[in-house]
Amino acid sequence: MSTVAFAETHDDPNTLRASSRSWSGPASKRIVTGYGFWIFILSDMVMFSAFFASYAVLVGQTAGGPSGRDLFDLRSVAMETGFLLASSFTCGLATISADARQTTWFQLAMAVTCVFGLAFLILEGREFAALVTQGAGPTRSAFLSAFFTLVGCHGLHVSAGILWLLTMMAQVFTKGFRPDIQRRILCFALFWHALDIIWIAVFTIVYLLGSAA
Amino acid sequence: MFGKLTWAAIPIDQPIPMIASGVVALAILAILAWVVIKGHLPYLWHEWITSVDHKRIGVMYTLLAMVMLLRGFADAIMMRAQQSVAFHSQGFLPPEHYDQIFSAHGTIMIFFVAMPFVIGLMNLVVPLQLGVRDVAFPTLNSVGFWLTATGALLVNISLVVGEFARTGWLPYPPLSELAYSPGVGVDYYLWSLQIAGVGTLVSGINLVTTVLKVRTRGMTYLRMPMFCWTALATNLLIVAAFPILTATLAMLLLDRYLGFHFFTNDGGGNMMMFMNLIWAWGHPEVYILVLPAFGIFSEVVSTFSGKPLFGYRSMVLATMAICVISFMVWLHHFFTMGAGPDVNAIFGIASMIIAVPTGVKIYNWLFTMYGGRVRFETPLLWSIGFMVTFIIGGLTGVLLAVPPADFVLHNSLFLVAHFHNVIIGGVLFGAFAGYTYWFPKAFGFKLHEGLGQAAFWCWQVGFYVAFMPLYAVGLLGMTRRMQHYDVPEWHPWLIVAGFGAALILCGIVFQILQLVVSIRQRARLADKTGDPWDGRSLEWATSSPPPVFNFAVLPDVSGEDAFWRIKKRAAEGTVSDEKPEYRDIEMPRNSPTGFVCAFFATMMGFALIWHIWWMVAAGAIGAFATFIVFAWRDHDEYVIPADEVARIDRSSNAQRQAILSAQAAR
Repeated sequence: MSTVAFAETHDDPNTLRASSRSWSGPASKRIVTGYGFWIFILSDMVMFSAFFASYAVLVGQTAGGPSGRDLFDLRSVAMETGFLLASSFTCGLATISADARQTTWFQLAMAVTCVFGLAFLILEGREFAALVTQGAGPTRSAFLSAFFTLVGCHGLHVSAGILWLLTMMAQVFTKGFRPDIQRRILCFALFWHALDIIWIAVFTIVYLLGSAA
Repeated sequence: MFGKLTWAAIPIDQPIPMIASGVVALAILAILAWVVIKGHLPYLWHEWITSVDHKRIGVMYTLLAMVMLLRGFADAIMMRAQQSVAFHSQGFLPPEHYDQIFSAHGTIMIFFVAMPFVIGLMNLVVPLQLGVRDVAFPTLNSVGFWLTATGALLVNISLVVGEFARTGWLPYPPLSELAYSPGVGVDYYLWSLQIAGVGTLVSGINLVTTVLKVRTRGMTYLRMPMFCWTALATNLLIVAAFPILTATLAMLLLDRYLGFHFFTNDGGGNMMMFMNLIWAWGHPEVYILVLPAFGIFSEVVSTFSGKPLFGYRSMVLATMAICVISFMVWLHHFFTMGAGPDVNAIFGIASMIIAVPTGVKIYNWLFTMYGGRVRFETPLLWSIGFMVTFIIGGLTGVLLAVPPADFVLHNSLFLVAHFHNVIIGGVLFGAFAGYTYWFPKAFGFKLHEGLGQAAFWCWQVGFYVAFMPLYAVGLLGMTRRMQHYDVPEWHPWLIVAGFGAALILCGIVFQILQLVVSIRQRARLADKTGDPWDGRSLEWATSSPPPVFNFAVLPDVSGEDAFWRIKKRAAEGTVSDEKPEYRDIEMPRNSPTGFVCAFFATMMGFALIWHIWWMVAAGAIGAFATFIVFAWRDHDEYVIPADEVARIDRSSNAQRQAILSAQAAR
């Protein structure tokens, strides 16, 4: 056992490994955390793909009720999309401010992200409420069940994201930019941007294709 | 106030569940009383329940699996007994109870025996084999375990409060829809699996990250022990497949709770979508279970043959091939449900192709043993028993992959015999091999060899006596899940099968005895070298049980079979005299987060099952509060000073050196 060598490294996350043929030991905490969170996001995307698949299977099963073309209001959806994409931009600003350790800018960018996220949720909530009041709730047909589940699941993710966002604001406020808090900000940003990617798919497959058909 | 829950939920009029749960409750109370009176509670709390040490969590997973194996086996022996006597008679189990038993048996054996067993072994061994101090996310690991335990607890609560599902281990709609299963049974099933599924996903993410990012210096991918490769493949499958299960069960829950129309008869629902979704998870699931077992056999066969694993790279390739192809065969679970000949043909061929990498593995194990110095100790016996048994199970599987044959055999006892043949012969034998093999690493003493061999022979013979007759009755046309029957040709076979189950019971009794006797004789069975089997990979390089930090100094790996190389260099005397450089070690602090999370998850699960909405809200708030408290911790690590590390390492080295020189002197 005396030939062993000390093998912990704290490498720079922004540079690639010098050599792929050797392995220099456990990755730094920042890499491990970000990597693990990426794997979680991938698993989340698999879950969404199951909901997308069920939506694709059931989209024609309206049971004599309304179809997407009768129901979708693209104007409101365009606004939702705008809010969500803008929130991704401000979330990016928050990440940059966190890297620069600019507390004020960070809090400001996060607050704007939060407002945009809430605006998105309010619009989505209004859409859902309108559908339910006109008798097109999720119990009406298999198509609407799949629609509400897919879009609602994304909405639930956004809601959880906002809870997390507020937690991060409070954490930075009370504890500052500690390394572990920086890592959490990294994960939060990954989560928020991933929700955008999923929304692009929802927007295209559900709303655009649904209104065209 | 209490939703659907009333006193009527407790089945006082049914003696079997009442007696069973009474005995279990008494046993739990007795253990609790013993723990409290002996003053072990603080020890259990600080050293086990709140532990984030991957070794402790691995042991707890394995313990959970073994306890649940007893429950699942109790169900099994009741079914075998029922079918042995239910010829022209009602037997002793009424249909609604029998249906709950076979549903609970399947659910428990897959989700709460096989899964925790393999996850436990992976947790215990993978970081040690990779030469590192812990998994990537230690606290999350604890959360994953406790959520799994929550699922197991809820399934067992259903024994006393309410009922369990009567829909089989996979709740096919429309039977599982509210219209046909109005009770809480399916809800118990769904919520326990949702909660345990989150736990499994968390542990999958954790182990994938560990294998890909947390390996010691020089441990390149193609130097990893085979078990790490199969663990990687299994956890990739968990990450890719379990979210599908979560989504599918969520859809069924929405159907049942909120009147959605995913799988219903009316409103445009499509129940075939459930079959496709559940098996898109379900087929990868069988490889999730069996791949770690393949890894265990690879380690055991190579160690007990004193040879490197034959065809290591082909083994890696075969493992990853299985990992990919396992997602392309799901439709063979329902050839008869109207997919048509072209689709059936494609999936039939894919199912036969997946047998090829498995065949490669079998040959590799055989060639590893060929020309080796084979030691027939218990772990190797399980491995050889596996090879013989698994080949038979695999061949009947290839037979079932032929769609025309499947039309005859679908849902018959032939199918039941086939999957028990691969799951008992593959997963369970693998788990037992791993349990015997790594037990000394976890606890510092070996298991009793004679009793282990007795258990092995009872299991092996009992398996054949119990399941070969089921192939026969399956070919005679008996379908699965029959509470009674009136075909005289079946009766003798089912009596033989019941006798086989009794033999397996003897095997289990020997295993319990083995554990008890080994604990009592732990001084005689002690292993102070840390390397009781002349092992080849890094888990044997540290003491047994390993210190909390596993390795005083992380090893530097220069090739496959890392520990074997270290030993060879030591024997050749080419070790440099360089003194190890000890440093302070940061270790994660123990945390009750996992246990508290599980408490609130149990509360929420139970409340959701019984529609006690205020309790659901309380559980959710509690869970979020736990998350906040955890996030606000200031000190999540503690430091073991270098002097302390040096002291521990020197004393264990000295102890081992003394044994080695005593052996050399002899």
